[in-house]
Amino acid sequence: MSWDDVPGFVSVNEAHGETTVTVERAAVRDACTYARDELGFDFLSDVVATDYLDWGARGVSGYIGTAAGRDLNLPMTQGLQNSPEAKPKRFSVSWQLLALREGAPRVRLQTWVDDGEPVPSVVSVWPTADWHEREQFDLMGIRFEGHPNLSRILLEDDWEGHPLRKDYPIGGEPVRFSDAE
Amino acid sequence: MTVAPEKPSARPAGWPVVAPPQYEGSRIPARVPTIKDVPAELQDVDDILQVNFGPNHPSTHGVLRLIVDLDGETVVGLAAVIGYLHTGFEKSIESKTWWKAITYPERIDYVGYQNAELVFVLAVEKLLGIEVPEKATWMRMLLCELNRIHSHLVYLGTSALELGAVSMFWYTFRERDLIMDLSELVAGTRMHTRYFQVGGLAEDIPQGFYPEARKFVEQMPKGLDDYLTLLDRNMIWLERTKGVGDLSARDAIALGQSGPNLRASGVDWDLRRDDPYLAYDQVEFRVPVYANGDVYDRYRVRMDEMAESVRIIRQCLDRLEQMEGEPWIADDRKVVLPPREELHTSMESLIHHFKIVTEGYRVPEGEVYAAIESPRGESGCYVVSDGGPKPWRVHFRAPSFVALEATATCMHDSLVADLIAIVGSLDSVMGDTDR
Repeated sequence: MSWDDVPGFVSVNEAHGETTVTVERAAVRDACTYARDELGFDFLSDVVATDYLDWGARGVSGYIGTAAGRDLNLPMTQGLQNSPEAKPKRFSVSWQLLALREGAPRVRLQTWVDDGEPVPSVVSVWPTADWHEREQFDLMGIRFEGHPNLSRILLEDDWEGHPLRKDYPIGGEPVRFSDAE
Repeated sequence: MTVAPEKPSARPAGWPVVAPPQYEGSRIPARVPTIKDVPAELQDVDDILQVNFGPNHPSTHGVLRLIVDLDGETVVGLAAVIGYLHTGFEKSIESKTWWKAITYPERIDYVGYQNAELVFVLAVEKLLGIEVPEKATWMRMLLCELNRIHSHLVYLGTSALELGAVSMFWYTFRERDLIMDLSELVAGTRMHTRYFQVGGLAEDIPQGFYPEARKFVEQMPKGLDDYLTLLDRNMIWLERTKGVGDLSARDAIALGQSGPNLRASGVDWDLRRDDPYLAYDQVEFRVPVYANGDVYDRYRVRMDEMAESVRIIRQCLDRLEQMEGEPWIADDRKVVLPPREELHTSMESLIHHFKIVTEGYRVPEGEVYAAIESPRGESGCYVVSDGGPKPWRVHFRAPSFVALEATATCMHDSLVADLIAIVGSLDSVMGDTDR
């Protein structure tokens, strides 16, 4: 299958038996429409965003030292011995597509965004994207432009912050029923 | 020209087998599917009653809140409020090692726990590129099918209970208990077994499991007969389910429905046959498809699937009984715990054991998406690794979350009493929905 004709095509990558097609942010909706109508990917499995803040930096992953730390990246320590490949921007947003036909071909459309940059919503292409996009907005803070009702879905409406971001600490939620109240 | 050998469970020629029904003026994508708005002509009527359904209601399968607008008995508006069971599993997993993270997926979909566990393990294995021994593959398949029956039994018992067929609940939980006994025999726990390990199984299959499983395989078809006798000629059940909450094939695909909900709408699609994982391409089974897409057809699909699962379990047992003494976990000391008896005699084994338990094993950098056919449909797991011993990002494609999204579309002109039947038939597990 030739991916060069996908609107906004940037690159294609094959790994672990999966195809990842990177597209430009502005062309996401066109690319999805093209994938659905021309390539036959009629089924949207999932929309998922990933935060790559401090990707490959010390102490984020594989960190098992104490708070004072030790240099985990030095040889013979237990840290990351090879830094992972750098990413173009902070967030990746992926659309897992599936074609309901013989062989069940799958492809992952992917685009890269920085904090605050809007991504075109694909609700008009696949209505199922509605809740998926709301979830990624809720937990990761990705803004989907053109979404009919972009509001929080899993957390309360007045929640502050987006918990799945890497700069959102574990155990950082405010304690509601403390002695002070 | 050579003809490829036909898969035992190959799809019949031509697809889809059942022509997808098309409704006049499909409701998709004209309206946002997750919210049913009160029509304009009814906006000024004073009689519209807004009812809060849930979040703590026995029929909501957990904690689901529906805001229902009623015009008399007819539902004219619907909005779902979810998130009451949100526990931040995806965030928590990022701070656990790959080894310890396996316990989390089971608690996300707490009814289809074995399948939820499998999809995460498969995703990690895909990144690692590790080969799993045959015995482990077949045992995984057996347990996943047992779990599928377990999940469908919970669906059947609770759905029937909600529609007034109270005794069904005890009949289905009779067989469900047998499955949990088998679970206890294998893994020591009745639910949330954590029996699947990256590379294979956590322990060898215990002695006495096969005879017990055979007994279950004999008992289950009798149980299915009982359910059919109780329900399938019961006029109340038929009136409450037939023609209620129908979803067309086109709408189902547009709404990302999968599993029994999709097959009840006439789409012949099953990942076990169409995108085989484990050894599903080596067993024989039929994929039940029904065309009306109503509550009754969703019930029929699940009933037929239970019978097919029994068939698969029987084939798994036939294979497993010939694999006595074969390895049940991959021989990769960088990922798999060394055998317990070696810890007393081998220094290297002790070191490896210590390293895997404390630091965890490394998973190569990359991103993968693994998908399986769980009892609720396509259960997916997207995993990103930076090469360290902890996941960078784990995301679950929860079939319950997607199924619930279709509630409003199923609800056209339905009565409020049908709401219970429809929500029950979509078979959402709220833990899976909220994660």
